[in-house]
Amino acid sequence: MLKGKQSWVFPNRPVIEASAAVGGPFEARGKLASDFDILHDDLWMGKDSYEKAHTLILEEAIETAIQKAEMTKEDISFMLAGDLVNQITPSSFAARSVGIPYFGLFGACSTSMEGLALASFIINNQGANRVVTGASSHNAAIEKQFRYPTEYGSQKPPTAQWTVTGAGAAVVTNDQEKQGKLVTTSATIGKVVDMGLSDPFNMGGAMAPSAADTIIAHFKDLQLDPSYYDLIVTGDLAKIGHPITLELLKKEGLNIDSQKFKDCGLMIYQEDQQVQAGGSGAGCSAAVLYGHLLNEMRKGKYQRILLVATGALLSPLSFQQKESIPCIAHAVSIEVHP
Amino acid sequence: MLPMFFWAFVIGGLICVIGQIMFDVIKLTPGHTMSTLVVIGAILGGLGWYDPLIDFAGAGATIPITSFGNSLVNGALQEADQHGLVGVLTGMFEITSSGISAAVVFGFIGALLFKPRG
Repeated sequence: MLKGKQSWVFPNRPVIEASAAVGGPFEARGKLASDFDILHDDLWMGKDSYEKAHTLILEEAIETAIQKAEMTKEDISFMLAGDLVNQITPSSFAARSVGIPYFGLFGACSTSMEGLALASFIINNQGANRVVTGASSHNAAIEKQFRYPTEYGSQKPPTAQWTVTGAGAAVVTNDQEKQGKLVTTSATIGKVVDMGLSDPFNMGGAMAPSAADTIIAHFKDLQLDPSYYDLIVTGDLAKIGHPITLELLKKEGLNIDSQKFKDCGLMIYQEDQQVQAGGSGAGCSAAVLYGHLLNEMRKGKYQRILLVATGALLSPLSFQQKESIPCIAHAVSIEVHP
Repeated sequence: MLPMFFWAFVIGGLICVIGQIMFDVIKLTPGHTMSTLVVIGAILGGLGWYDPLIDFAGAGATIPITSFGNSLVNGALQEADQHGLVGVLTGMFEITSSGISAAVVFGFIGALLFKPRG
């Protein structure tokens, strides 16, 4: 149901029946290691290309989430997924092996919430009874895609970010037994914001205005106050973009308690892991939300959270042609049903 | 000998600092930074200023990539003296051939021993 200019509310309360997160060796040394369902100790993961390993982690996340929901693939009507590789092949190839009717999405690192928003909309409006949604990234497959060839080993400035090797997936259903379960209550779809920044080594800075734009739109459309949420979490703005967003929100008169304003890219690694500004990638917000954050909600630590996943919509070609970096952010609100 | 060590340290470091400034302040890409340094070395070589720098700072001037640009130009100029315009083309890799061939040979050996995939 449309509310305001660009938000949906979900009165039928789609249930996040189960979720799963898969990570790589670097994530296994990170802060949230215990929240991953599967952790690989090698980037190759027994495959002969990083792209195949990338496909594998999404397959695993989706299969694990379906298993945890005590369902089989046949119970699921649709799969919504995306990633950052050319033509999103890891997601499409995972969909090939999983065999669930599939929507391929591209919202760069905002794909996780683009998927959850659409999945919730489908469930809320009886488009399906059960769907699965997910997003993923693989450090070696994606860094090769967007940055210099990894073998070249070029220096990265401190504003650069580290692509997370991770996948997250969730099974969303129209389960009528909602008490105590995690439900999605609303979503705000972001518009593409481009402030003319063109440095691919500072994605966080480029994405900050789009995050602020979507957060402002969310509270305006839903006529809510930021204090409604126990936690507002951005996708992968990291050390540069996250404080800029808080500043931009303050300028627009939206005061968010900085203790309640977090970023997946800043949560996933230890302080001593050398990731420059922080984590990034489509798998960053997906793994942190579908692993850590939902676990915390299940434990009762948070009752209501708003996840705002941010994406930089550039391509290696658009960067070479000196185009600026258009950015987007999508927000989904997740609550524990009373 | 000691002053040579000192100047190698200072000049070598200075060239690296210039590269770091091009990278961080002027915001050139790593590829542009590297090729600009090669061109600077080539220009200094063409003006005849790079060889005195090598005499002065030794490895401080020969190790950085600017030295490669200098070698390209020196080779071209030497051959041009003997064979005219064609010498520019044939001489370009005269001095640098060992470095380039080494990259090819070691790259080949590396490819045989390991799986060079990113």
